[in-house]
Amino acid sequence: MELTKDEEKSLNGEHGEALQTAYRILSATGEATDAEKLVPIHWAHVSGVNYNTIGDAGEEFLATISKNAKFKVRTTVNPMGYDKDSVEKFGLDENFIQKQESIRESYKKMGVTPSFSCIPYEIYDMPQEGTQVAFAETNAAIYANSIGKLKTNKESAFSALASAITGKSPYSDLRKDDSPTMSIAMKVSDPNELTFGLLGYFAGKVADKSVAISGVKNLDKRCNKSLCASMGTSGTCGKFVLDDNSDASEKVDFDEKEMQKVYDELNTAESGDLITLGSPQLGLEEMNDLASMLKGRAFKKRCLIFCPRPIQEQARHLGYAGQLESAGCELMSDCCTCLTPLVTKKDADSVTTNSIKGAYYLKNSNGLDVNLKPLSEIVRDETS
Amino acid sequence: MRGKVSGKVVKSNQPINFLGSVDKKTGEVTDQKHDLFGKKIAGSILVFPNGIGSSVGAYTIYSLKSNNSAPAAMACQKVDLTVASGCALANIPLFILSPDEYENMKDGDEISLG
Repeated sequence: MELTKDEEKSLNGEHGEALQTAYRILSATGEATDAEKLVPIHWAHVSGVNYNTIGDAGEEFLATISKNAKFKVRTTVNPMGYDKDSVEKFGLDENFIQKQESIRESYKKMGVTPSFSCIPYEIYDMPQEGTQVAFAETNAAIYANSIGKLKTNKESAFSALASAITGKSPYSDLRKDDSPTMSIAMKVSDPNELTFGLLGYFAGKVADKSVAISGVKNLDKRCNKSLCASMGTSGTCGKFVLDDNSDASEKVDFDEKEMQKVYDELNTAESGDLITLGSPQLGLEEMNDLASMLKGRAFKKRCLIFCPRPIQEQARHLGYAGQLESAGCELMSDCCTCLTPLVTKKDADSVTTNSIKGAYYLKNSNGLDVNLKPLSEIVRDETS
Repeated sequence: MRGKVSGKVVKSNQPINFLGSVDKKTGEVTDQKHDLFGKKIAGSILVFPNGIGSSVGAYTIYSLKSNNSAPAAMACQKVDLTVASGCALANIPLFILSPDEYENMKDGDEISLG
């Protein structure tokens, strides 16, 4: 990868330690992906915020780098490990809170836009199509490439951070105009958001960088997000295009049989002790829609709903939050359904959700079994 | 990240989602569906197709090094940004193998790379 004179200087430490670390990361990822150069990016979305996932090593790394680093572009961040307005629900010790707040402070020092959300594309204005950005958080990267028509690599937590600090990212494959080499034919009829989530998980397993999907028209936001999140969880694929006429060389079917295989992998319980919704976090449309579905009904079990703080505030203002709470929902912000200490084996053996991504991490990181159902069935079965 | 390194091969034929599958403190593989389930990767030459899944896996790799539970080196068929950046920051040598090299490495082999 060719660096400019200025970039070389930064890499050699002439512009300070923080930039040197950032350029070291970009050099490594650039070389690894055969990028010929770095290009400017206009928005970075950084993951690696939750103390539960990055741990002490991560907290120390951020404390050190934030002494001198300053973000060069709008930089939004992923959810953290708890909702400060609901601390008592989490059963956290002082050390957790202190370390999580240290992480928040590190990002603040660097100039972060404090989103604490995995759906920055629903909170902030999207740049024009074709804009180069650097998104970690796989669901956001895939959403950006596939729906936002922006251009991003499937960044890692470190590469997105490095891009935020330098304003640059390697000109790797997903940044260019490539055509998918595989096309998946959607053969399941009457799909809902769970079906699209299962399709995404399947696509992640079989496809490489990008994939065409045929037989699908007009996905709503919930289905889009489900597809993006699950695809990001299972593989390397970073982009999908809805195309009934793809000239991709490899053609694969996603039929009932394939769907059942994925479902059986992720559905490990017949029922859940509680319900979680929001991986990815719910946006305003979904909150409104769910409030309508729940009119005159109430959950019989604990139901946790995850949404970004700015969205919760808007929802409160518009009345949806109150309606959801009347139906027994607990609204949580700044945090995530699956990778926090909120729902552990102490609280439950199993969880009901419609999220494929949630199901994967609830099982693998939290050690809980998952009862996977579409939202319509969750509302039908779990409310009265 | 290159460097001469020796160790015992721990080989998987499945990609690894570091965040979801590996305990960042102990280096034990915790994903029950993974062919490495229960294995400890500390000090090994970890051979696997590529990294997948969470971008935060880079921090998992970095944490493994801090906790002295990291592999001595990683060797993959395909590059991904999570493994590349995690190894770079943690100073873990990362090798990209040709299909033949990958095929020839067997689980349990004592080898040197770099």
